[in-house]
Amino acid sequence: MNFNFGVVAEYHQLFLKGTLLAIGMTLVCVTIGIVLGILLGMGRLAESKYAPWNHILKYGVQWPVRIYVSFFRGTPLFVKILLFHFALMPLFIHPSNGWFVSGDLARDLRGEYGAFISGTAAIAMNLGAYLSEVFRAGIQSLDKGQTEASRSLGMTYWQSMWHVILPQAFTRMLPATGNYTISTLKDTSLVSAIGFAELAYAARSVAAATGKYWEPYLTAALIYWVIVTLMAWGLSKLEARLCQSERMHDL
Amino acid sequence: MNASTGTICVQNLHKQFGNNLVLKGISLDIQSGERVCIIGPSGSGKSTLLRCLNGLEDATSGKIQINGYDINHDGQNINAMRATVGMVFQRFNLFPHKTVLDNVMSGPLVVKKQSHAEAQAQAIALLQRVGLLEKTSAYPSSLSGGQQQRVAIARALAMQPDIMLFDEPTSSLDPELVGEVLAVIKDLASEGMTMAIVTHEMHFANEVADRVIFMDEGQIVEQNSPSKMFSSPEHERTKSFLARVLHHSL
Repeated sequence: MNFNFGVVAEYHQLFLKGTLLAIGMTLVCVTIGIVLGILLGMGRLAESKYAPWNHILKYGVQWPVRIYVSFFRGTPLFVKILLFHFALMPLFIHPSNGWFVSGDLARDLRGEYGAFISGTAAIAMNLGAYLSEVFRAGIQSLDKGQTEASRSLGMTYWQSMWHVILPQAFTRMLPATGNYTISTLKDTSLVSAIGFAELAYAARSVAAATGKYWEPYLTAALIYWVIVTLMAWGLSKLEARLCQSERMHDL
Repeated sequence: MNASTGTICVQNLHKQFGNNLVLKGISLDIQSGERVCIIGPSGSGKSTLLRCLNGLEDATSGKIQINGYDINHDGQNINAMRATVGMVFQRFNLFPHKTVLDNVMSGPLVVKKQSHAEAQAQAIALLQRVGLLEKTSAYPSSLSGGQQQRVAIARALAMQPDIMLFDEPTSSLDPELVGEVLAVIKDLASEGMTMAIVTHEMHFANEVADRVIFMDEGQIVEQNSPSKMFSSPEHERTKSFLARVLHHSL
């Protein structure tokens, strides 16, 4: 084996751009995923004591959320990325008859951002399904007395959620959310399959152009590793700080 | 102020959990400014009754009118009613992520949309009243149980309720902390607010209540002025219950 990292240096722009795109896509996916996860988690717990809301929430909200979460947790992400990109996207964004966007705008969107849109949608919706379970557990782990106390002051369901339940649940959700954030960075490499020029795609392009395999793929792997290590380090710092402030509450 | 402000009217209230009938036809009228203590053995339904009054439990059947609001089965009015009826819990239920001051301000800020300055001034006055002015920036977990319960009382009072409901406010406190909480409640009682207190503290009931209600097995067995209730109870069940608890505490 003759390592020649000169090919990597030659294409360093491609690796740099790929790294930035991978990080950017992760940030967008995690942001959407967290919001989606909270909404789905709350939907999963939605219930009412009063007719007709009890039936509407059970069959109109709880069950659809259950099915959504079950589907997204029960299918490979890679398959969903392909499904989104090649089947769903042409339905929604199509130059002649897109449901959401059509005409020239659709052509430009698909051409410029097609892989990014489908990849982000698939990963974010996937992440939302996983995080919804984290958030559901975080909300359910809180003492029922917290809801009762806030409601007894006259707070509505949403006020109680926003001011009392979610801030407490969020602290408990942080470690798992952090782990899923790290997974998401690695998951973005799958989007290279539909032509999004992130890091794995860059490595593949360089390999194809130069006939070298070790150098570009090893470089990409090392870059992922470094970012993941940095993220894990940042997370442990954040958790330590939260723990510390909780311990201060206990003093 | 209208005629029903501060009043509680319960008619033939039933509450069932699964197959377990916990309240078997409670009828009860509490006048404005009246202080009522509800006593009885564990499992007699007294806490359930109190929780039904502000809609934390739904009545299986029967009618509840509290502070002029009909508590119906459709949940209408329930938030508006709760904003005028304070509730204090056995386990305090303070918000652990908020300071003492923020706990007390939370109702006025969120529900009444009071200005921060107004809510804060009121919260400080209330904390002074319950003797915890020096704890404003502390978190609940750093307080003793008695202190936490006094904050919980201040938090409920911050909504300026017409009625206060106390669900065994001293039952989860260490014995030496009971007194400070009862003192705060007594202070409130002297102000003429309508109060319904579920309690095991017979001395306290004797001192504070206008009327004592004895419940057993989901029914009101007997109600009377505290002097009559504690000196000459009429029913056998009341006698045996009082004999048991007073034997320990008197």
